[in-house]
Amino acid sequence: MRVVVNGQARELGNDATVASVVESVYGDHDGRGVAAALDGEVVPRGLWEWTGLSEGARVEIVVAVQGG
Amino acid sequence: MIEPLVIAGRHLRSRLILGTGGFVNHEVLAEALTASRAEICTVALRRLDPSSRGSILDVLEAAGVEVLPNTAGCFTARDAIITAQLAREAFETDWIKLEVIGDDKTLLPDAVELVAAAEALVDDRFVVLPYTTDDPILARRLEDVGCAAVMPLGSPIGSGMGIRNPYNISIMVEQAGVPVVLDAGVGTASDAAFAMELGCDAVLCASAISRAHDPVAMARSIRLAVEAGLLARSAGRIPRRRYAEASTPEEGLPVFDAPS
Repeated sequence: MRVVVNGQARELGNDATVASVVESVYGDHDGRGVAAALDGEVVPRGLWEWTGLSEGARVEIVVAVQGG
Repeated sequence: MIEPLVIAGRHLRSRLILGTGGFVNHEVLAEALTASRAEICTVALRRLDPSSRGSILDVLEAAGVEVLPNTAGCFTARDAIITAQLAREAFETDWIKLEVIGDDKTLLPDAVELVAAAEALVDDRFVVLPYTTDDPILARRLEDVGCAAVMPLGSPIGSGMGIRNPYNISIMVEQAGVPVVLDAGVGTASDAAFAMELGCDAVLCASAISRAHDPVAMARSIRLAVEAGLLARSAGRIPRRRYAEASTPEEGLPVFDAPS
């Protein structure tokens, strides 16, 4: 299926979850300082593995950066 | 002895909050952080930049400072609310420096969106520290909806123009029931001292330190200025007068009339 991750189109398997997308973007990350939103709604870290994606889903994954 | 600052029940010895934006690398940030003696540092959330190395969280953790996430770059209440919720997930803190700006050129707060976002986030049990204009009425509205502090600008973010309307800042301080943190506009140490002399409870400073020629020296300088300003305020300044008032007694002044 086709989804948009951080503004870029990606082709993913039908079993893709928020967790698998985060891993594909960040590699083996401990998740600290990382957060994810699916279609404009925040997905709590504990639900990443259980939150499947559907065709056309828009995922935003953000990390801590300098600012403010 | 400097009294601790209390924001939402948290006691802080330092009156300087360090913004981490603009430092050329993590090493300079770490040194400036030590020199500033700040206990709280702001951070932002962005999509991963593949060229970035190391996490800023490692730097802040090593320095033992608390993270204050911001909503920098948000133009609407909706974006700011989602960003705050992302920050809560990413950093496991309910504290949020709420920024909702009106345009890219001035980075001035959008008052209408700001109050709407503040109200929603307070309802969602966030500790909301809003970046606001130097408008005492807006500050009151933000306090009324439950913000834990108000953070007026002295002048636009990164402008280094100091405090353009000290009278408004004074009015905000007089009427506020929550801490007032001067956020934005500090260009150098004297601006930070002035903010504290006006009655602000703390100063939040990023660009003045991070973009200084020597950020570590400026961090120390602004830390000392914040302490000096607070001390000067508690010491009680003399009133301003239009004419001179001699400090040397006139009594006992010798007379040098030439003999006639």
